Amino acid sequence: MRNFKYLIFGLLFGIILVKSQVMSWFRIQEMFWLQSFHMYGIIGSAIVTAMIAILLIKRFRIKALNGEPIVIPEKKFHWGNIYGGLLFGFGWALTGACPGPIFAQIGSGYLAAIVTLLSAIVGTWVYGLIRDKLPH
Amino acid sequence: MLEFIKQPWPWYIAGPLIGLIVPLLLIAGNKVFGISSTLRQICAACFPADISFFKYNWKANSWNLFFAAGIILGAFFAVRFLNGGEAAAISSETQRTLGELGIHDLRGLLPLEIFSRERIFSVQGLIFMIIGGFLVGFGTRYAGGCTSGHSIMGIASLQWSSLLATCCFMLGGFLVSWFLLPYLLQL
Repeated sequence: MRNFKYLIFGLLFGIILVKSQVMSWFRIQEMFWLQSFHMYGIIGSAIVTAMIAILLIKRFRIKALNGEPIVIPEKKFHWGNIYGGLLFGFGWALTGACPGPIFAQIGSGYLAAIVTLLSAIVGTWVYGLIRDKLPH
Repeated sequence: MLEFIKQPWPWYIAGPLIGLIVPLLLIAGNKVFGISSTLRQICAACFPADISFFKYNWKANSWNLFFAAGIILGAFFAVRFLNGGEAAAISSETQRTLGELGIHDLRGLLPLEIFSRERIFSVQGLIFMIIGGFLVGFGTRYAGGCTSGHSIMGIASLQWSSLLATCCFMLGGFLVSWFLLPYLLQL
């Protein structure tokens, strides 16, 4: 069960998403209406924390526990960053959730979010289907 | 301590904790933080339909399915034992704006006037859950990541494309929340 640890990490992430109310539709509207610093503070401080951690990992050439050197794949620019980014933004404001929080909405008892999840899976599937015809 | 944990967590606690998941995954197994790829994994595992985008060894990445399952369990745990289901502590300004738009039930974390089982087959259910969910799944994959993969992991590793994608996430959200939501909530 080498994957079991990821279940525990996910569990911790799920608790954070609920207790910080990041998975709340209300919080997402508040963020887009610029009526509170809460969400900006969370995303901003998460980025800064992760950035410092990555710098330390690179600086001290810290290895993964299995001994491999840590690799961070490069995300090259393509037009999907813009078109797909906008489309996801529309969906984020409607559902009040990005993919992680959809799972948290379901877990916290909002079972209607199962519909959101299934639709998101269909959306990903349709992307895969028409990928070659889209501008990238 | 437990009393403190049961309060809603402030941003300066929650944000750094989320940020620490990035090195945790890197060090634990060279895994890159990103949730939207889980949706691709589910497609590849359940209905690849001979589409080349879904023909890859998904089992080699099955860690993220465990991670996603963990999120569901963690959210359940937080609501059941850590008082996580209480009303979102949104600003009074947001409460007033929501009221003007016709959302009056501010209990809990999602408005049951939209996200309840009875509403799934209503016009709003169609727009907010079915179309909204579709856009999340389609958009994140087209963009190559979501809030975790681009906004946190990508920007933290200094990738310009991730910063650009994040600006587009925000722009898309602003457009819908400011200009479209008032109409959609009247339907």
